[in-house]
Amino acid sequence: MTLRLSGLEPLNITPEFGFAVIGERTNITGSPKFSKLILAGDFDGAVAVARQQAQGGANMLDVNMDEGMIDSEAAMTRFLNLIGSEPEIARIPIVIDSSKWSVIEAGLKCVQGKAVVNSISLKNGEEEFIRQARLIRQYGAATIVMAFDEQGQADNRQRKVDVCSRAYDVLTKRADFPANDIIFDPNILTVATGLEEHRNYAVDFLEATRWIRKNLPGARVSGGVSNISFSFRGNNTVREAMHAAFLFHAIRAGLDMGIVNAGQLAVYEEIEPELRERVEDVLLNRRDDATERLVDFAESVKAKGKTPVADAAWRKDPVEERLKHALVKGIVDYIDTDTEEARQKCKRPLDVIEGPLMAGMSVVGDLFGSGKMFLPQVVKSARVMKKAVAYLLPFMEAEKSEGAKPQARIVMATVKGDVHDIGKNIVAVVLQCNNYDVVDLGVMVPAAKILETAREKKADAIGLSGLITPSLDEMIHVAQEMDREGFRVPLLIGGATTSRAHTAVKIAPHYGASTVHVLDASRAVGVVNSLLNEELKSAFDKKTREEYERLRQQHAAKARDKKLLTLAEARENRTRIDWSSYVPPKPEFIGVRSCVPKLEDLVPFIDWSPFFHAWELRGRYPSIFDDPKVGKEARELFDDAQAILGRIVAKNLLVARGVHAFWPANSVGDDIDLYSDEARTEKFATFYFLRQQMQKPAGQFNHCLADYVAPVSNPRSATEARDRRDRRQSREGQRRVSEGSERVSIRDPQSIDYLGGFAVSIHGADELSEAFKHEHDDYSAIITKALADRLAEAFSEYLHQQTRIAWGFGRDEELSHADLIREKYRGIRPAAGYPACPDHAEKRTLFELLDAEKNAGFRLTESFAMHPGASVSGLYFSHVDAKYFGVGQIGRDQLLDYVARRGESVAAVEKRLAPNLDYNI
Amino acid sequence: MTTNGLHPLEALLRERIVVLDGAMGTMIQRYKLSEADYRGKRFSDWKGKDLKGSLELLNLTRPQVVEEIHAAYLNAGADVIETNTFSGTTIGLHDFLFQGEPTRGRKDQEFFQRVVDDVDLRALVHEINLDAAEIARRVADRVANETGQQRFVGGSMGPLPVAGSISPDVNDPAFRAVSFDQLRQTYFDEAKALLEGGVDLLMVETIFDTLNGKAALFAITDALEETGRSVPLMISGTVIDKSGRNLSGQTVEASLISLAHAQPLILGLNCSLGPDEMEPFVEELARISPYYMSAYPNAGLPDALSPTGFPETAETFAPKVAKWVENGWLNTVGGCCGTTPDHIRALAKLVHQFSPRVVETTIS
Repeated sequence: MTLRLSGLEPLNITPEFGFAVIGERTNITGSPKFSKLILAGDFDGAVAVARQQAQGGANMLDVNMDEGMIDSEAAMTRFLNLIGSEPEIARIPIVIDSSKWSVIEAGLKCVQGKAVVNSISLKNGEEEFIRQARLIRQYGAATIVMAFDEQGQADNRQRKVDVCSRAYDVLTKRADFPANDIIFDPNILTVATGLEEHRNYAVDFLEATRWIRKNLPGARVSGGVSNISFSFRGNNTVREAMHAAFLFHAIRAGLDMGIVNAGQLAVYEEIEPELRERVEDVLLNRRDDATERLVDFAESVKAKGKTPVADAAWRKDPVEERLKHALVKGIVDYIDTDTEEARQKCKRPLDVIEGPLMAGMSVVGDLFGSGKMFLPQVVKSARVMKKAVAYLLPFMEAEKSEGAKPQARIVMATVKGDVHDIGKNIVAVVLQCNNYDVVDLGVMVPAAKILETAREKKADAIGLSGLITPSLDEMIHVAQEMDREGFRVPLLIGGATTSRAHTAVKIAPHYGASTVHVLDASRAVGVVNSLLNEELKSAFDKKTREEYERLRQQHAAKARDKKLLTLAEARENRTRIDWSSYVPPKPEFIGVRSCVPKLEDLVPFIDWSPFFHAWELRGRYPSIFDDPKVGKEARELFDDAQAILGRIVAKNLLVARGVHAFWPANSVGDDIDLYSDEARTEKFATFYFLRQQMQKPAGQFNHCLADYVAPVSNPRSATEARDRRDRRQSREGQRRVSEGSERVSIRDPQSIDYLGGFAVSIHGADELSEAFKHEHDDYSAIITKALADRLAEAFSEYLHQQTRIAWGFGRDEELSHADLIREKYRGIRPAAGYPACPDHAEKRTLFELLDAEKNAGFRLTESFAMHPGASVSGLYFSHVDAKYFGVGQIGRDQLLDYVARRGESVAAVEKRLAPNLDYNI
Repeated sequence: MTTNGLHPLEALLRERIVVLDGAMGTMIQRYKLSEADYRGKRFSDWKGKDLKGSLELLNLTRPQVVEEIHAAYLNAGADVIETNTFSGTTIGLHDFLFQGEPTRGRKDQEFFQRVVDDVDLRALVHEINLDAAEIARRVADRVANETGQQRFVGGSMGPLPVAGSISPDVNDPAFRAVSFDQLRQTYFDEAKALLEGGVDLLMVETIFDTLNGKAALFAITDALEETGRSVPLMISGTVIDKSGRNLSGQTVEASLISLAHAQPLILGLNCSLGPDEMEPFVEELARISPYYMSAYPNAGLPDALSPTGFPETAETFAPKVAKWVENGWLNTVGGCCGTTPDHIRALAKLVHQFSPRVVETTIS
């Protein structure tokens, strides 16, 4: 049983809604002020009246243009179109009020919301009534039905009940009109006229209202409240008291809504008691002399004018704030005075634009960007801006004639096929505000028209805008045409779907002169200034061209990436390592060893730069301390961290536990098999790796981690390797015999290699951090965690050094801290889940092999995350050519091959490797 | 055409999720048609503006392209295909097909009156819509026979390049380039031809200005009366950004209220946004709408460098929309700009495991 109406926003009049206020001041028959404004053609002033009603709390707005002197249909259309562009007014539903059907229909053709027609009646019989009701339904409106029939206005209770009851039946049964969309107006007629038959009018209305609400389900009741007090015209005090008292009783009788002066409602309880009593005597027809007594009282009260309640507090703010308010709210009423005041305060008229007005527009931009304003409001703001600029223009002209440079001219257009121009309009306004002469060609502008205008107007630059995707192609077309016709002026590209990359890749190559993407209105001025200023333009153009060239290369590189080699081709181009002359270094031990270093041994291995990055301080340690912007902060943070680190180390507040291992290993294709011993007696584990498939320039390889470990001669199976064991052993024997200075060269090319693995963790950071938090010291808590991360990384660096020593080749290293950070040592330690080995699942294998849970006290979650968080794990490769790389995109051929090798399901692996797949799952 | 007194589409809506097709324009783009393709034989001597990009003209000049696309969507599992008539109105096509020029410096109501009254243009638009409906009808019936599953043809009635409640001129907010009556007339011609061509339902979609939508709905009631047909309606609005409003500034709920008088069978949202951005508005509408509910978002926000111009692939798109179905918000799903038969296939595969949203009000 809800009456649903809408403007830009919904108005659901539920049974619990309470009384809905219909603003009445935009009624030419009831408001002398509004009438004067409309007759004078001052529609801006008339819109201000509507705004005052909306701001004064009106739930709906009654608009009436019934005036013999004007074209009412045209006035209704114009006024509704105007307030339709004012979001603050248009948010509420419109009540289209006229006694002429043609005016009502003109109004219905303007409103996008669900409006209310005020009104139709049985005055001209049922057929006309039904015809109008059906049309109202087709236009999607609700309607007020006046208690009026072929006999005339229903004045007493019974007539009101009879007419409304009949109208209800006709509407619901014959016109298919929903009962919820019916609102009855049982005629609020003027009391205290001195005529006997008018004395009971208020009571008749109240009783009819009560009856309708009770007997006509769904239907609602409304009324024009100010009629009641017509006999006291000129005495607002009495009139307001009558309205308030009447509403009080009518609402209790079931009145759902009323046409009232939204800004001027008095409160029943606040009416002076004596006045209230005399008013109620009249309304409720309680005394024969009620009218006389109220007239007596009325003469004794001085009508005190009340100020409108519209929120005018902002008018007291400083002029800069007022301008901002006007821009954000889209209010033009005071813009000239405020602009003038600002102009007098500023040195030059342009300063008003660049100062307070642009500040206001930037607030608008922010609100729009964050979804707090919507397009119509922004357009309105732009209009206020334009008015302000228009006001300032003569002053700027005057200033210019005192020797300022002539304006540059910019032709702007939304390209053919696109109607979206809000952004373009804003850019145009902003440019105009900055003393550019903008020729705005509007929307859907064909290339020929743009070029023709640019030539004719001697444009200094051309700006294209568009929102929808096909516009991008049209922009390319315009660029081509400009080039073909020999244009040399800069071309600006803007609009929601445009981007720097698109401009660089798709548009700029078609046009020889400067082609620049403009991200938003705020950038437009800077770009245009740079492009048109004789001193700046060549540098700006050069910079832009370089930047766009870089973007093109990036794009081309990406596109190249997408053309993958087949897996077979990629394998063909595997990392070339000459294994025939290679002697794999042999580690000191085989198998797993745990490692529990002292924290103080790890501290020298800390790479501090990421610590600062964690705090969003950009820079490298230690030069970050000299950074003019963040140097001081970085120093303080570092000192605090050092203090906490000192405590941690001294009191062993954190514990480092790690494990590393060496295994005999050979690569088998793209995998690495691990063997129980150097004789390859038993293959007990395999690491599976992925190979780069991107196209590589000549001389570069398609890397795979397996390339860095010496291959087994027959890659088909480890069993075959085992079969070869005897032969190999006998060869070993022979070699030992003939060993000498040629040891290296005669070494078996299928000789055994080794793979290292490690997992390290810093324990206790969570607990320590919690303890700090408990003392409300979040700062130290975060430092603690960041330090634990650094220590874990330092641990892996430390352990890597230990590993290189155990491998032999690390013993002669002489590396500084900086060298370690820059990984200037032999070998790598890639981690699963990182670019060289994107499959996190390899961590599972590693953890099992290291028995990391037992040996280092930490575990893997089901999604392969390490717990505690300050942990690092990975593999050690010893080959001097081993380097870090990214696998990048892989094709389905490799994925299927990889899945077959692993013996898992395609779906599971595809899910894990989704970011690396070059195809859609 | 009734099942237990219900329209077969409503019977289907009660039973399961109904799947719409995806983008027509995106698919046409793949054919990389040239000006000559658009012209075909019939318009080879056309003296007016270039016709390339006039997608609806293809119903006459390259019907086999349109037919292939329909078939691809039906084979992907679409229950409803939309005729290739999104801009198939005199006003929607005037940029290509109308020879006149504005006489007063800008396109105004005088200009558009000539457009909507142009005898040749109206005849051409009628033919385009009639053919479009017949093409879709033919493919839908063929696939229905092959698969034994009823398919529906929705007459697509998209937005226009002009808006009834928005001034194209910032400095003249009272100006309207087009009048309600002109909007009505242009939509009437389209609706009438689509109905004559045998569509099963009419789909007023991508409503960015509710006044335009209201004019279309007004025209439809006239066209239904004139053709003596009775078909269900689907209405689909568009929210243009995260403010949750259409281009003319209405909130989702306000639009619903403004359009409810047409008593649609299905009401929902499409276009402008991808599934990520559209989600809150789908949820909101599902909460307040008494009608069967549809959603067919774009494949994300436009991304000029993606091959389709949109970033969401079938694999990323389908689960997002299917989630809304799982949440019980929807009865009908599909795709708008940037979606392809792959998207619809992936979507159809996911959604049929879920029950449709329960709707109490039915429109018989």
